[in-house]
Amino acid sequence: MTAAPETKAARTAVEVRLEDLSRHYGPVVALDHLDLTLEPGELIALLGPSGCGKTTTLRLLAGLEDADTGQITVGGRDITHVSAAKRDMGMVFQAYSLFPHMTVRQNVAFGLRLRKVSAAQRDKRALEMLDLVGLSVQADRYPHQLSGGQQQRVALARALAIEPQVLLLDEPLSALDAKVRAQLRDEIRRIQLDVGITTLFVTHDQEEALAIADRVGVMREGRLEQLAPPTEVYSRPATSFVAEFVGLSNRLAGEVRSGEVIVRGCTLPLVERDTPDGSVVALVRPEAVSLASRAPESGSGPLTGTVIAITFLGATSRVTVDLGDTRVMAQLPTSEASALTAGSRVVLAIRPDPVLVSVGADPAAAAAGEEV
Amino acid sequence: MAAVTSVGETPAPAAASRPSGMHTRRRRRLKVFRYVVFTVFGLFFLLPLLAMARFSLEGAKLGTWSGTAWKQIASYQGEGVPPLLSSIEITLELAVITCVVTLALLVPTMIWVRLRVQWLSRTMEFLSLLPLTIPAIVLVVGLGPIYNRIQHYSLSALMLFWVYVILALPYAYRALAAGLGAIDVKTLSEAARSLGASWFTVMVRVISPNMRQGILNALLLTWSLVLGEFTIAFLLLYNNLSVELYSISRNTPNAGVIFSTSTAALLFAFVLLLILSYAGRTRRGRG
Repeated sequence: MTAAPETKAARTAVEVRLEDLSRHYGPVVALDHLDLTLEPGELIALLGPSGCGKTTTLRLLAGLEDADTGQITVGGRDITHVSAAKRDMGMVFQAYSLFPHMTVRQNVAFGLRLRKVSAAQRDKRALEMLDLVGLSVQADRYPHQLSGGQQQRVALARALAIEPQVLLLDEPLSALDAKVRAQLRDEIRRIQLDVGITTLFVTHDQEEALAIADRVGVMREGRLEQLAPPTEVYSRPATSFVAEFVGLSNRLAGEVRSGEVIVRGCTLPLVERDTPDGSVVALVRPEAVSLASRAPESGSGPLTGTVIAITFLGATSRVTVDLGDTRVMAQLPTSEASALTAGSRVVLAIRPDPVLVSVGADPAAAAAGEEV
Repeated sequence: MAAVTSVGETPAPAAASRPSGMHTRRRRRLKVFRYVVFTVFGLFFLLPLLAMARFSLEGAKLGTWSGTAWKQIASYQGEGVPPLLSSIEITLELAVITCVVTLALLVPTMIWVRLRVQWLSRTMEFLSLLPLTIPAIVLVVGLGPIYNRIQHYSLSALMLFWVYVILALPYAYRALAAGLGAIDVKTLSEAARSLGASWFTVMVRVISPNMRQGILNALLLTWSLVLGEFTIAFLLLYNNLSVELYSISRNTPNAGVIFSTSTAALLFAFVLLLILSYAGRTRRGRG
C-alpha cells in the first residue's frame, strides 16, 4: 500500500473553534457551554462515558444537529448556521454507512460526483483514496462483500476524497474486533498525519484515545474536565474524575498532612498541594505499585498481603493483592509476576508519584477495596 | 472379558442412534405434513383457476376446445357497454397512474417522516391503515359528493385514481415501511449529507435505491388492487375492466370472453410478479 503523494496536505489545515456551545434535549443538558479549539492539523480525541456529550459535540460540528447557543468557526469562517451539506467536513460513522447499492469505487466518488467533478477525475481520485487505505483491489466490490474493517476504511477514503477541511470520526472502530481495531487505529493516525487534516475523534475507549490523539479531551456531563496531551491526562489528571476514568486506579484510604498524603505508611506528594489536612481517598495507579520483596508466611505490615489473582497482559501482568482490609492492583513486568502464584505472600511498595485525592469520598469504601 | 466389553459397548451406539432415529422420523413426518398442506391448498387455489382457463377454451359444442374466446378479447363488444378493449386500456392506464401517484406521494413522505419528524410516524401509520377499516360502501357515500364535483370536469374513468390511491395506501404503506425498516436510513442520510448531498439527493439517490424491493412490492400490490377493483367503480358508475366483465356476464351469461379476459388479467399479474421479484433478486445479488 502506498500513500498517494497528491493527498499530502491536500489543503492548508484549518483551525476549528467551538465557543460557548450548549445543547439541551428537553430537560437533559447534553452540552454545557463547551469551549474547544482544534489547532490546524491536530487530532483531538474526545473521551468520556456514555451521555457525556462527546458525540453531541461532533454532531454539532458536523451540522447534523443545531446548537442552542454558541458559535462554531472553521478557518475563521462562522459555520454555526450552515447546513451539513455545505460544511465541507468528512465524517466516518460508528455504524457502517456505505451506500449498499453502490460499489466501493462509486461510494468513494459520491461526494465528488455531487461536486460535478468529471468522471475521469472522479475515478482517478477514488482510486487514489482507495490506494491510501489499501483497498484499490476491492474497488468494484459492493459493501456487503467487505469485512467490517474494510468497510470503515472505505468510509474513511470516501470522507477524505472530497478534500474536507475537517475530518470527524464518530467511534469508527467500536464495531470492530480488537485486532482489526488496533490496526485500523494506527492506519487512521498514519493517514491523518499524511493528509495533515484537522480531526476530531470521538471514542469511549481510553486506550484508543490515548494512542491516537495529539490531545485528549475528557468530558463529563457536557463539560470538558481536561484537555491535554495523552501523557499528561494519564500521569497528571486534572480531576479525580479524569484519574478514575482514564486508566485503572487503586482507591486507598489516606491522610493529608502538610501538602502530602500518607497512604499505608508511604508518604506521597499531592498533585493539588493546597488540599486541606484530613482523611481522603488517594488514587494510586497500578504501575506505581511494585513488588518490594517476598514476605514470610507470618509477616505483616500495611503493604504486606496475599496474591489472589494474576492477569497476564503480555509484557506486563496485573497482580491483585489482598492486604486484609483492602485489595490493591499492581502492574508488574511479566517476568517478575510469573514467579508469583495465587497465595504467595508479598510486600508491596508505592512509588512516590504525585497522586490525586478525593476529599469528599468515603475512606471506608476505599478500605473495602474499590478499584476504578 | 470380551463378553464384558461387548455388553458394555452395545448400548452406547443404540443410545446414540435413538435420538437421531427419532429426529429422522420427526423430520419425515414434518415433510409429509408439509407436502399434504401444500397440495391441499394448491388444489384449493388452482382448481377454480384451471376451471376458468378451461371455460375460456370451451368450443361451441360442449367438451370441445377452441381459442375463439381469446381472439375475441381484442374485438368483443357487449350490448350497451363500450368495447372490451377500451376498458382494458383504461384499467391499465388507471393502474399506471395510481402506482405513480401512490409512490410519488408515499416514498418521499415516509422518508421525510422517518428522518425529520419521527414523532409523526404513528399518526401516519394509523392514517395509512384507515382505508382498510372503512367498508367500500362507506367510502363511496363519503366520496359521492366529491365525485359529483369531479364529474363536472371529467367523466373519464381515469378519475378513479383518486380513490384508488386511498385504497392502495395501506398495502403500499406496509410494503414501503418494510423496505425502509431494512436499511439504516439515519446513518445513510447523514453520511450523504456530510458529503454534500441535498435532501432531494438523499431521497432520490441514496434512500430510494435501497428501498427497491419495498418499492417493487408496493407497486405490485397497488397494480393488483387496481386490476381487480370492482365495488367502488361499479357504485360510482364508472366502467373499468371488472365492471365491464360483470356487465358482459349479465347480458350474455355464457360468453367465453369473460373467462379469457379474466385469465389474461390473472396471467398478466403473475408475469408482473415474476418480473418484479426477478428484478429485486438481481439487484440484491449485485449489491
